[in-house]
Amino acid sequence: MESLLLYSVFNGLVVGIFYALMALGLSLILGLNGVINFAHGTFMALGGYIAFTIEPYVGFWGSLIVAPLLTVILGLAVERVLIRPLYGRDPLFSLLLTFGLAMIMEDLIRTIWGAVGRPFVLPGYLNAPLSNTFFFLTGYRVVLILITIVVTGALFAVLRYSRIGIRIRAGNADLETISAMGVNIFFLRAANFGIGIFLAGVAGILAAGQLGLSPSIGSSLIMPSFVAIIVGGVGSLVGSVLGGLIIGIASGITAAFFPVAQEVVIYVIMAIVLVIRPRGLLGQEGLFE
Amino acid sequence: MSTSIDAKLALNRKSGGRVVAAMVIWVVLLFVPFWLPMIGGYTDLATRALIYAIAASGLNLLLGYTGGLSFGHAAYFGLGAYGAGLCLIHIAPSVPLAILGGTVLGGIAGILVGPMAMKRKGIYFAMITIAFGQMFYFIAVRWNSLTGGEDGLTGFSRVPLHIGGEAIKLGPERFYYLVLVLFALVMAIIWQILRSPLGHSFVAVRENTTRLRFLGVAVDKQIWVAFAISTFIVALAGTLNALLTGFASPDNLGWQLSGSFVVICVLGGMRSFWGPFLGAVIFIVAQDYLSSVTQNWMSFIGLIFVLAVLFFPQGLLGFIKGRGR
Repeated sequence: MESLLLYSVFNGLVVGIFYALMALGLSLILGLNGVINFAHGTFMALGGYIAFTIEPYVGFWGSLIVAPLLTVILGLAVERVLIRPLYGRDPLFSLLLTFGLAMIMEDLIRTIWGAVGRPFVLPGYLNAPLSNTFFFLTGYRVVLILITIVVTGALFAVLRYSRIGIRIRAGNADLETISAMGVNIFFLRAANFGIGIFLAGVAGILAAGQLGLSPSIGSSLIMPSFVAIIVGGVGSLVGSVLGGLIIGIASGITAAFFPVAQEVVIYVIMAIVLVIRPRGLLGQEGLFE
Repeated sequence: MSTSIDAKLALNRKSGGRVVAAMVIWVVLLFVPFWLPMIGGYTDLATRALIYAIAASGLNLLLGYTGGLSFGHAAYFGLGAYGAGLCLIHIAPSVPLAILGGTVLGGIAGILVGPMAMKRKGIYFAMITIAFGQMFYFIAVRWNSLTGGEDGLTGFSRVPLHIGGEAIKLGPERFYYLVLVLFALVMAIIWQILRSPLGHSFVAVRENTTRLRFLGVAVDKQIWVAFAISTFIVALAGTLNALLTGFASPDNLGWQLSGSFVVICVLGGMRSFWGPFLGAVIFIVAQDYLSSVTQNWMSFIGLIFVLAVLFFPQGLLGFIKGRGR
């Protein structure tokens, strides 16, 4: 019983990590770019598929670095051509555009890599369980958690200490003022979009190793990421991570004891948060309204 | 003095043009089963276009007139479809009852979800409505014993209507006319709402929420009313869709359909009474054509989204009106 609980909590934590990484990127883009990037999920899937394709040539660790960067290049092109004309317009339009983009990208992924799922081959030493009692604790899962901690830590360090990070935070507070102070906000928003897509790419590769690849993996992970942002609170990056982990663990526990409700529980949590604390756990009042 | 008379005349001419245009639309719709097969279409296609037009017009009351960015309205469409199917299977084999039952189910869900979704506004509201839509999607997929799970709900059909002791079979043509009558009813209701003080307050919410608050209007209640009315209308469309296809599928509740309803409104023109209707016709014809010629029709539908946003943000009617000015 205890082992089952531990097992399900850990399973949920692993899924929660994907939600958290996705929500973090979405939150960044929502903050500075003012865009709900509905295509975030398909960028994630793309990261996974690119890694799948280049892994035979560069190995797992190589693909972990190269694939997100390739995804970012595509993301920057999309930002430049499609999303930039929509800044400052009704958020309806950017949401609709990324909606359509998600459909196109998912269809292209299905055309290029096939509709059936693809397994992502991990190095053998990562797949073995670390101990017999905790059979679910494979090396890969430990690596996955460590990578996530490193990436998230690096992101927060960049935002806290680097010049561009400080500007991103300042832009979140008041874009007009930093523009008047001579910051190139178009460059800033592009960079911010790139960082968000980078996180999606990393999440895609990590998820590919854990869940396998299928064309619809993106759209199945993006919805919970929205919920993670709502639960954690819009405007708070820490909140997004926290929200992702909470709903991941809740979903993991439910999957063990009441599997039928493993997806619905996420939305029930969202409804409860909206009733009790509408701004989310760590959210600020009155943002984006 | 003379300029104002000129303006009035121009206004009269304009509204006269509108009446003529509306009459043309109704006459064309009335004779669809006669002319559509001649140009290679089929009646069910027109029925589907009308059903989507009902749904999009209902959504547009919230989206275009009240300014509420709902991206989750397929949930109520799907609830209507499942409600209709379940009524036919479990309660009584009656088409009017199925339509009523499904509409009420979807509408009540909308009444309940509305206040929770409205805790936040704007871009955030859009996210919450998407998420609630997903909730209903997963309930439909997972509640196998009731809904048939991934395969959808089957085992019901359009039973004959019983009027005055006579059984009237609902073939494609008769069902088209049933949908057309309901479409006319919905359009009349929306028209009346938009002309009423309630409708004016919807537009006022869209234009300046803060000012309305200062004037002492309970803005949240207005949005809730708009949300609830729109979900009732969308659910009605859902019931008709279930009766048209003979089954209710989880796709009826999915995010892609929600997005499609929004893009239909944008495509036709969100600020126009006939915009959603026009968008629905374009969208359904395009979808039908694309899915018959290419496997990658989803890419093309996505492309419609992208192009509509980049080049046609005012919609077709907005574009025409803009040129006439």
